[in-house]
Amino acid sequence: MTNKDSNIAEKMAATQREISVAEFFEKNRHLLGFDNPQKSLLTVVREAVDNSLDACEEAGILPDINVKVKQISDDRFKISIQDNGPGIVKAQIPRIFGKLLYGSKFFKLSQSRGQQGIGISAAVLYSQLTTGKPSLIRSRTGPDKKVEQFQVRIDTLKNEPQIIEETTYDKRYIDHGTFIEMEIEGAYRKGKQSIDEYMKQTAISNPFANLIYTSPTDEKISFKRVVNNLPRRAKSIKPHPHGVELGVFERMSKNTKARTVASFMANDFSRVSLVSAKNICKLARIDCNLDPRKLEHEQIEKIWRTIQKEKIMKPPLDCLSPIGEAVLEKAIEKDFNAEFTAAITRPPAVYRGNPFGIEVCIGYGGENINEKGPATVVRVANRVPLLYEPSACAITKAIKKISWNNYKIQQQNNVPTGPLIIVVHMYSTWIPYTSEGKEAIDAYNIILKEIKLGLQDCARKVGRYIAGKKRRQIEKRRQSLFETYIPELAGALEKITNVKKETIENDLRKMLKKELLDNGNKEEGSSE
Amino acid sequence: MGTKKKEVLNKIQQLGMGIINEAKQQKNPHFEVPIRSLSNIKFDAKKRIIQMGNSASKRFFFNVAHIKKFLQTVEVALTAKELLEEDKHISLRQTFYKMRRTIPGTNIDVVEEQKESNDAVEDLELISGFSREQLNINANKNGAAAGKIIIKDKGDTIDWSKLGSGGWAIPSNTEDIEFKKVNAKFILYMEKAAMWERLHEDKFWDKMNCVIIASQGQATRGIRRLIKRMNEELKLPVYVFVDNDPWGFYIYSVLKHGSISLAHESERLAIPSAKLIGLTCDDVEKYQLKRHIIKFKDVDVSRIKQLQNYDWFKDSKHWQRQFKMMKNQKGKVELDALITKGISFVSEKYLPDKIKKKDFLD
Repeated sequence: MTNKDSNIAEKMAATQREISVAEFFEKNRHLLGFDNPQKSLLTVVREAVDNSLDACEEAGILPDINVKVKQISDDRFKISIQDNGPGIVKAQIPRIFGKLLYGSKFFKLSQSRGQQGIGISAAVLYSQLTTGKPSLIRSRTGPDKKVEQFQVRIDTLKNEPQIIEETTYDKRYIDHGTFIEMEIEGAYRKGKQSIDEYMKQTAISNPFANLIYTSPTDEKISFKRVVNNLPRRAKSIKPHPHGVELGVFERMSKNTKARTVASFMANDFSRVSLVSAKNICKLARIDCNLDPRKLEHEQIEKIWRTIQKEKIMKPPLDCLSPIGEAVLEKAIEKDFNAEFTAAITRPPAVYRGNPFGIEVCIGYGGENINEKGPATVVRVANRVPLLYEPSACAITKAIKKISWNNYKIQQQNNVPTGPLIIVVHMYSTWIPYTSEGKEAIDAYNIILKEIKLGLQDCARKVGRYIAGKKRRQIEKRRQSLFETYIPELAGALEKITNVKKETIENDLRKMLKKELLDNGNKEEGSSE
Repeated sequence: MGTKKKEVLNKIQQLGMGIINEAKQQKNPHFEVPIRSLSNIKFDAKKRIIQMGNSASKRFFFNVAHIKKFLQTVEVALTAKELLEEDKHISLRQTFYKMRRTIPGTNIDVVEEQKESNDAVEDLELISGFSREQLNINANKNGAAAGKIIIKDKGDTIDWSKLGSGGWAIPSNTEDIEFKKVNAKFILYMEKAAMWERLHEDKFWDKMNCVIIASQGQATRGIRRLIKRMNEELKLPVYVFVDNDPWGFYIYSVLKHGSISLAHESERLAIPSAKLIGLTCDDVEKYQLKRHIIKFKDVDVSRIKQLQNYDWFKDSKHWQRQFKMMKNQKGKVELDALITKGISFVSEKYLPDKIKKKDFLD
């Protein structure tokens, strides 16, 4: 290679880097949730709220989150989110907000909201690209600590944080927590895919959080927490070998601290013992003492293929943390004034080596649930509501597979109708989204089956309630009919026989009580 | 009359006390109402009348499906009591208005249409064992009579041969009519007032020494009771003159054997010896009335089938023959069609011939 050639290469490398972050964003904005102005607005809020909730949960703090979305011009919004989380240590702040793909979530699997560590910095970048403004971050880690404030941009050339202004002060501020403020281009609309809806559904799926939301139309909505204890903390687990793709497996082998192939498998994965690791090497005809970082691609593939065929114990299931049946019911009762609720948390199951669980809660009746039209469906993945792509989602598909009629619930085109709200929560160390947009859950058979079982369980209870309600209504009508006629009959009989009306009425009323009791025991009522 | 009235009042009192006592004993108050339908009647072949069977339905107060009728029955009983005590009569229509009111604080009407109060009256007849007339409730009066007979009604003496063109209007209650002087030899009953007027104008009753009576359509109970009494007490044969169609034949059937819904009254109303004088299907052929046939509708044809299957027609060869001919005719012939043979053809030729030849259907 000549000098000239290498110069060109260097130049190319320079230009390549120059476009890297901004171009990466432009090419992938639809995957990151920034496909259009309306969705972008939601995505920014969602990334920030998800982070706040994750941080609070991890720190064992009951979340208080205040979200403000203010419209400052036709297509410009100022978004601010304040939480009472543990705060972020000063040194980390610029990197968390000012560097794409920074995070600790790789190769450690746990049930958390963010999965790719791409979220909040992408929001900062989006803000910067659409308005040119830096983001303001303020954080405090404890009452005895100072308040750290940064104005941060992302250096799109280097994918490094660029600090515009940095202040430290003692000024009164909450004891601990983080505040972020961004200005972005966006569009605000009400409806099924609005921030309003997102906040409402977030309140349902995080009943232990206090949420205050001020909308662009200056409505302040407060969602009070329904329960005062945090859900059990989700434990992180190592990936199960059946749940990793070849590419990830290879990357893990390059980054491992293990010295041998056998210990790499035993240390970095769950449910693989040293003995079985050695056995796998033997079956793959790979020396188990080789350095995993130096394996050829073909060798890695051999090992990976062998593992996939091996029977390996299911991953541990205690790493999951459901919302809980009672809590879900409480949330639906409170938020919708539901007249009846039924919930079930299914025992955890496994798809492709990933533990997961399904929770379903159905609310029926009450003043805030639409009487007519299709049921309201709230899809939740790891406590994050999913607002887009309902038809691609396993939850929607499962709902359509149920014969709702069997449960005395009306249906139209396979969709349940009537005063119903259906909440389905899938929680897992790894949610299988249909696309990078993280909007719809992939319909693995076992996932579909679990959702269906959950739905059926709740539908049965709701159906029983509806039947009972109908019976009670009939009973009530019967009673009031009899009560209407008693004075009429007694009056006519008095005139015929001269027996006092009151005497006759009393006897008839006594009789009515007995009659109603008998009927209650009998189910349906004809007195013959 | 006085004792009868007392009996009825006692019965109503008893019914009321029965309900009160049941309530006192914490039993669901009820009536037993004989079922008024084809399924609960028997044709008594010996007496040749329709009689009510033993099936009864229980009507409860504490039953969503019965409660309305239950109250209606009691209200009719109360109405009857008041009428009897005041010695007054009202019509079925007036009974409906008397019972009609909205229960305070509701939108429930005690009776919504006259059919309900009519049914309640019939129920009370069955429950109490007294007829509507005895309960002082009358049907609308309808019907005229003329002929060689003198009667006494409410103290007035009435000569049926001296009543001008209208004749004597038959009241709804004919129970207390007294027959003073009788020169008639038979009774001719017809279902059409127009035919009656024609015959009356021709003084048919004078020429033939008879009584002519008409209703408009089905004969009322008052007319039936009157004819029955004249048949029984005065031994006058009864000839029935009706349209040649299933409805006309059924008017004859009711007069002769009793009706299905009033089967309990057959003993008082049915005239088993009554005979059909016309129009028979043979008349239609004999007098060439075929071109005056009015085409049957489906409902007419199915009505013929029903008649054919009634016990009292089922085993009769000559009646089955008539029905068969009627079906083949594919239409009906009205009495009025006889006018085509001449204005006084009926009074001068048709009826006298028939009576002379005893050309009747029985």
